[in-house]
Amino acid sequence: MPSVCFYFQVHQPYRLRHYTIFDKTPNYFDDFRNASICRKIANKCYLPTNRMLLDIIRRYEGRFKVAFSITGAALEQFQQFCPEVMSTFDALAQTGCVEFLAETYYHSLSFLYSRREFIEQVNLHVGAIQKLFGQTPRVFRNTELIYSNQLAEVIESMDKFDAVITEGADHVLGHRNSNFVYRPPNCKQLKLLLKNYSLSDDIAFRFGNRQWNEHPLMADKFAAWVNRINGNGQVVNLFMDYETFGEHQWQDTGIFDFMAHLPEEVLKYPDNDFKTPGEVADAYEAMDVVDVPHIISWVDMERDLSAWLGNAMQSNALHEVYRLEKQVRQTCDQRILEDWRKLQTSDHFYYMCTKYFADGDVHKYFNPYDSPYDSYINFMNVLNNLKSRCEQTLPPASCAASSKA
Amino acid sequence: MKVFMLGWEFPPYISGGLGTACHGLTKAMSDLGIEIIFVLPKPFQQTTSTHVRMLTPLQVKPWSAAGGEETFGFTQKDLKHVTFYAISSAMQPYTTPQQYQNQIEQIIRQKASQEQLKALGGMEAIAHWLHQAPAELGQGAQYGGDMYTEIHRYAAAAIRLAWQEQFDVIHAHDWMTYPAGIAVAAMTGKPLVIHVHSTEYDRSGENVNQMIYDIERRGMHAATKIIAVSHMTRNIILARYGIMGDKVEVVYNGVERNGDTIAADKIGIRNDEKIILFLGRITMQKGPEYFLMAARKVLEVMDNVKFVMAGSGDMMHRMIEMASQMGIGNKVLFTGFLHGKDVQRVFQMADLYVMPSVSEPFGIAPLEALNFDVPVLISKQSGVAEVLHHVLKVDFWDIQEMANKIVAVLKYPPLQLTLREHGNFEVRKLRWSDAARKCLKVYRETTQAV
Repeated sequence: MPSVCFYFQVHQPYRLRHYTIFDKTPNYFDDFRNASICRKIANKCYLPTNRMLLDIIRRYEGRFKVAFSITGAALEQFQQFCPEVMSTFDALAQTGCVEFLAETYYHSLSFLYSRREFIEQVNLHVGAIQKLFGQTPRVFRNTELIYSNQLAEVIESMDKFDAVITEGADHVLGHRNSNFVYRPPNCKQLKLLLKNYSLSDDIAFRFGNRQWNEHPLMADKFAAWVNRINGNGQVVNLFMDYETFGEHQWQDTGIFDFMAHLPEEVLKYPDNDFKTPGEVADAYEAMDVVDVPHIISWVDMERDLSAWLGNAMQSNALHEVYRLEKQVRQTCDQRILEDWRKLQTSDHFYYMCTKYFADGDVHKYFNPYDSPYDSYINFMNVLNNLKSRCEQTLPPASCAASSKA
Repeated sequence: MKVFMLGWEFPPYISGGLGTACHGLTKAMSDLGIEIIFVLPKPFQQTTSTHVRMLTPLQVKPWSAAGGEETFGFTQKDLKHVTFYAISSAMQPYTTPQQYQNQIEQIIRQKASQEQLKALGGMEAIAHWLHQAPAELGQGAQYGGDMYTEIHRYAAAAIRLAWQEQFDVIHAHDWMTYPAGIAVAAMTGKPLVIHVHSTEYDRSGENVNQMIYDIERRGMHAATKIIAVSHMTRNIILARYGIMGDKVEVVYNGVERNGDTIAADKIGIRNDEKIILFLGRITMQKGPEYFLMAARKVLEVMDNVKFVMAGSGDMMHRMIEMASQMGIGNKVLFTGFLHGKDVQRVFQMADLYVMPSVSEPFGIAPLEALNFDVPVLISKQSGVAEVLHHVLKVDFWDIQEMANKIVAVLKYPPLQLTLREHGNFEVRKLRWSDAARKCLKVYRETTQAV
């Protein structure tokens, strides 16, 4: 009975170049580094995994399905630095077995700070997916699965989406499990898909861990775990970063072989199938209301915002970015607006996280900076320059009037 | 476990981190119940430092049995298991023969502070030594050309002391005491542990004093075990002195938690200007010129900031000239060597402590700054950078980046706040008791090995 629902997150931030207080040029981003990271991950992950998925999809003739959420920042960089990644994603889109989700174009935390900016970025992303892949997203996922009742309300009011994806955090589920479709308390139509973090993390985090007592994880074992849900669930939501394949879990862990064999093992049980998030929302009724008055996310043990808002630097940097919104808009300068939006990408604030910093853990792995302090200094110097650009740019009279309206 | 420890400075008579380290370490060892016989040259330089509390000698008696007029024995109140012996000597920890003359001059300049010391009470013995200082000055000048003899005189005195004592292990701090350590080890057959707080390469760059290098090398090769204050120092020992890696252990220094910050002092120094602090010897090793060059860059983009250089050293005059040549003379203050509460005051005034050392084996001062809630910017070429995460780090030569980070601390208050909060918490984890325990482990290894 359970439907296996895969959704992969694809994101690459525009990393900043080293920018001191003495720098004056408005070139904030490290093109060289961004290009080389994109190409490196393309070769390790995006290209081989896309080709593998394409192969599986063709082999199973419509019975194997997955979903992607690819941020605008990642799409732009793929087009610029490694177009072959775009063509493989396009090939996946053509199969009809791949669904693309909507999110904020710049992988931003705008929902927390500016409703207007949030909605504009979601629309921007929907537009990009329509243009690039010829489909209109029906399911929304917010940056890092940040979610609360309020988000559901805003998403429903946009009248575009059938479902929202978030973390199946224990403290919001209580005695329930994540293997059903739920409903936010203040919504009529919108459905809620919750990540099965235990099974998702078995693949995303524990797969290559030799200390894990289930290591090595084989496709048949995992399929048996999925099947165990029979009778107490309708859907297994396996949500993870796409970079799990080949980047977080290296090829020599056997992650590609695992994935290649998983459809066969899952489909051995006659009741099982694969569904995309949109199909899950269509197929199953909401079983219950899940109330999330406080914000949750899918990051760290805490499943909260502390990875981006855990210290004074982070909250200061975020506030300063959004404080600039009015000034940025008043300039009506497209380049200033774009730079400002690229600075909203949540990664910049994640790099400033001091949580576990001294222990040297997962936060460090993705961090281009030596320390959270360096990243804050760099970010603030860039923001400082952007601010002075806003002050120097006199808006054209016609534009100033329209932005006020 | 009983340790025969050879040091060369001890609070309140210190000119650098070594005395602080010896104090912290022996205190923690004493708490562990390790008995220590601490031998140090009779101090006659009066630059008292203030990183550590003044200690009152409990009992002072001329120790005449073996050393005649040359040695004093005394104990200190909070160092229960430590017995001190001072051997009359003009030895200075951070001295090269060339610097002798300068230091002698400094002693004359600071004669005033002798009076202050005397006023502290309970310090008769120390005052007694101090009064001898002028008499020794003449001798000091003549030692200037012959430090080698001086070191061996110290070694000879140490041997005489060692005859009188029973102990399990010899622990020698830095090069001046290595010959004494070797001699005592040869005589008693006890294992020798040498503690490398700095090497000649740190102090002099590539222009090493061959005599000092030879002493260091001989000490390291003669030792059963070597304790290095950081991995950086360990690497120098391995690369420059030809020592096998399994002989060298890293034991990081600690810092004593000082809860007694004087809140009252904070009032009255309220100033709208920001203060960037350099505190340390103004010598090549400490990179004072990089501090000034960074200061000039900072002043290009900020105005309401002052740079304080606290400390003295052979490069001080050059730095004063350099500041005025750069046209920032009015923005840089030189305080000279700071005493007692003045150090505390200057820390409390500071918005950022900068240690741009070219080569710093460890660096205790940043820990003290963090203890005083002052954020810290240190060079990556320092051993303490291995243990501190919640500080700003920069290559000592990267003036642009140094200035960038100084400006950031002044310009973005949340940075200062976060650094202070996390830094103060982190520094509490660096305890002398851990260092003492590691030393004890090293002792046990050596006593088993013999």
